Amino acid sequence: MAAPLTLLLVVAVTIRAALFRSSLADLIAERVEVVSPLNAWKRVVEGLALLDLGISPYSGDVFHETPLIIYLFHFLVDYAEITFMVSRKFVSSVLLESPRLCFRKQKYALEADRYPLDCLELIRSPKEMYYIPLKVAMFYLLNPFTILSCVAKSTCGLNNAVIALFILCTIKGSALLTHTLSLCLHHYPASFLFFLSFRLYIPVNIRRPSFWWYTLQYAFMYLGSLFVIICLSFFLLGTWDFLPSVYGFILSVPDLTPNIGLFWYFFAEMFEHFRLFFLCVFQINVFFYTIPLSIKLKEHPVFLIFMQLAVISIFKSYPTVGDIALYLAFLPVWSHLYRFLRNVFLVSCVLLACSALFPVLWHLWIYAGSANSNFYYAITLLFNVAQILLVSDYFYAYLRREYHLTHGLYLKRKDGSEATLVLK
Amino acid sequence: KRQAISLLASQTSSAPETVVTPSQPEDDFQEELVIRPLHSGDIYASFQFRTVWDTDFMGGKKVSHYRLFPKSLGQVISKFSVRELHISFTQGYWRTMQWGQPFLPSPPGAELWVWFQDTVTDVDGTWKELTNVLSGIFCASLNFIDSTNTVQPSASFKPLGIGNVTDHRFLRYATLPREIVCTENLTPWKKLLPCGSKAGLAVLMKSEKLFHSSFHSQAVHIRPVCQDWQCKSTSWELRQTLNVVFDLHSSGQGKREWSLFKMFSRTLTEACPLASSSKIYIDVTDNPQQFELSPATPLLSQAVVLGDRRTYSVYDLTQQATFGSMRSLNMLLRWKSSDGDMMRPLLHGERYVAGYGLQTGEIHTLMYNHHPYRAFPVLLLDTVPWYLRLYIHTLTVTSKGKDNKPSYIHYQPSKDRVRPHLLEMLVQLPPNSVTEVTVQFERALLKWTEYTPDPNHGFYVGSSVVSALVPSVVAMDTNSTQERPLFSSFFPSKEESSYFVRIYTEPLLVNLPTPDFSMPYNVICLTCTVVAVGYGSLYNLLTRTFQVEEPSPGLAKRLANIIRKMRGVPPL
Repeated sequence: MAAPLTLLLVVAVTIRAALFRSSLADLIAERVEVVSPLNAWKRVVEGLALLDLGISPYSGDVFHETPLIIYLFHFLVDYAEITFMVSRKFVSSVLLESPRLCFRKQKYALEADRYPLDCLELIRSPKEMYYIPLKVAMFYLLNPFTILSCVAKSTCGLNNAVIALFILCTIKGSALLTHTLSLCLHHYPASFLFFLSFRLYIPVNIRRPSFWWYTLQYAFMYLGSLFVIICLSFFLLGTWDFLPSVYGFILSVPDLTPNIGLFWYFFAEMFEHFRLFFLCVFQINVFFYTIPLSIKLKEHPVFLIFMQLAVISIFKSYPTVGDIALYLAFLPVWSHLYRFLRNVFLVSCVLLACSALFPVLWHLWIYAGSANSNFYYAITLLFNVAQILLVSDYFYAYLRREYHLTHGLYLKRKDGSEATLVLK
Repeated sequence: KRQAISLLASQTSSAPETVVTPSQPEDDFQEELVIRPLHSGDIYASFQFRTVWDTDFMGGKKVSHYRLFPKSLGQVISKFSVRELHISFTQGYWRTMQWGQPFLPSPPGAELWVWFQDTVTDVDGTWKELTNVLSGIFCASLNFIDSTNTVQPSASFKPLGIGNVTDHRFLRYATLPREIVCTENLTPWKKLLPCGSKAGLAVLMKSEKLFHSSFHSQAVHIRPVCQDWQCKSTSWELRQTLNVVFDLHSSGQGKREWSLFKMFSRTLTEACPLASSSKIYIDVTDNPQQFELSPATPLLSQAVVLGDRRTYSVYDLTQQATFGSMRSLNMLLRWKSSDGDMMRPLLHGERYVAGYGLQTGEIHTLMYNHHPYRAFPVLLLDTVPWYLRLYIHTLTVTSKGKDNKPSYIHYQPSKDRVRPHLLEMLVQLPPNSVTEVTVQFERALLKWTEYTPDPNHGFYVGSSVVSALVPSVVAMDTNSTQERPLFSSFFPSKEESSYFVRIYTEPLLVNLPTPDFSMPYNVICLTCTVVAVGYGSLYNLLTRTFQVEEPSPGLAKRLANIIRKMRGVPPL
């Protein structure tokens, strides 16, 4: 296990180092699919330059990172490339750990005898599961999206690192670290993850006093860490400017720079009268699935995390390929669902085609002038539809596997013929 | 003059015997025209009309009797507590290298900068009202001046009149590079003159000739000035200036032969009766081959202007003899082109946008110092609209290939849809060199309602302003109260060895990426469809469970079952 992992790490580092040194690094750092106004490296450098000039980075509209990033990069700006590569390795190592841990739990489930005998083929053997952490690491490190994001020095990599650490801590059951980490993140995960880890390991039984005690403890820890992080951010610059610049920016979407998401063109063409309404609708759409998903998947926390990550990456206001790479890295964990997936071929073709068409149509619109914004927008729509299909497909397959585990794999109808399963 | 005397007489006679009329504050009106033949064969004509009035707009007493000073501007000054007001409307760009330095520089489009009195509490509100009122007075669309194109320079645009308040909170500067100047703007401007366009030099200002030129600029400058050298009391000065450059080739024959009639299609018949002085200055310093000026005039005058000692032939319109027997003055200038070089202006600026595509770009500002051995500092002011996002960490200033760090940088970053970028720098220009200032920017995508009706024309970026005290070869005249021609007394000289120069660079025209303007409904529908696809799939999977499907019976069987149910018999 160690040898293939080392080889993988070496290959990943080599590719990134080679790209860092080549002329492609500048080109990639400018691509709108890879960087967004929230996490572009150019903007971090701009914020630090404004700080050097004696102006608050939040007085303009260029810098939208949390002050913690200023703290971090004030000292590390010269070592930026190494920082990002280290964060990548960190993410991959953390992702390695999480499947291993959650499989340990699954092993106990194996012992349980409650599955019908014909489901044995649905359950994974330990031998299969042995290689899954390595596959996860490989999916993450060698994913072109991740490589592009790392070479562009987008702070998405740091965010992914924190999310991965959060997932690890959640699986391990360490609550305090969980909260602190969730609050370092400056967007959507902060709120859903609170809910998530809450639901994870405690049975919800309203009558029991220990439930309320635990809720209180949890809420107190969450508010405490929130307070600490906000105060830290305040004391850096001495102003509360960062609140509208960071959180207000994410929620109100004033910057309409094209990206791979759905927000930019929608709000570029929105009638002024309805702007606030649709803004609320789209932002609620991101958080909306938290409660239903956590109710449906309360016994499957890791899959819940995956679903939430995916929903957020698709519907957030400024998505980039780095966010997609994170939830794509989880796919090998559910490789046993392959037999129940219905749209794999379609989805993978569409994703590949769209990834190839993004730069082409961008060039045609911005540089050649022979296409217009509709072309790029169309590919954005298609890309998001493909992602939604992928996510819902995996969800379907997961639920179907659970059904089969409880009811048996080969189902028969009352009259003995082969049954078909439908969602009703 | 006769009319003025009769006016005064009627005033004193109509006053009742028991009340002593208070003495009217004195006001004075001067007009002049300077004609300067340019080296390229074009001709530069500069009108200046100056009204000085010893009154106090800011005092408690409301000023009600206006004579030479236009009432509309007087009311503007008192209502908005204006200390200094400078507004200019320009069509065309002043080509410094071909035409030399102008007497009064102005950027293309409209420019307005105002110093308010320190009694004003809400400067932004007052500014907004002032721009709207001026928009009405001058029939110009100055109401487009709002917070997105107004800046507060911190070092440039110091007051040109007297006054020791230098708190830049009371200064506002805005420019509208897209503004077009036409007859509609000239007519109200002419109405502000005491004689209107009926008498004096203003009869020459006919729009069909004035706008058929390479450069046309009209401006109004209001400022407080000292009455005498002791400066115990101040009076208000209003200068209205009109600069025009007529093109050699578009005027017809292409010969270097100009006359008042050829330039303005009018001749002069009398001076303005209300003017205390009415003069025409023809610049005869250069004296190229076979320079001819008729009718001849005995008056000659020398003045030091823009660091150069120039000689002028003067025509005094208040003397009847000037008009000759025909009672009309039409001077004729004729010269042949010479090989000599004109004096190169010491300071010159250029600006352009580099890069390709609609995503990023780079603004390059070049400043030329043509002095052979003296270096001097210049103050560069750049206002860039918010939708071109400047990255100040990419700012580079190089002179002669080496890095030249500015000694003072004031940068105010923009806020989307609220205020523009403001960049001010003090740069030392080495002698005989080019200094290049570059900064990268990113183009923003705007909401579809924020584009102008012709979005592919592009968006204008106002001119950069370069202000400097340029070292002068000739000793400048620092005595401000001596009788001097108007054109040499606009910019006060504080010291003998340098003179003040303000240069405006070209405005820029930048294209932004545009969305498709015909698509709002389509975009809303398509995007909502994608969100609905996501919602629908997740809703299905969250609310439904798997069940084994029982095949539904055929139509006949279903009908039979319905009938059996009605009969109360178990179904098939």
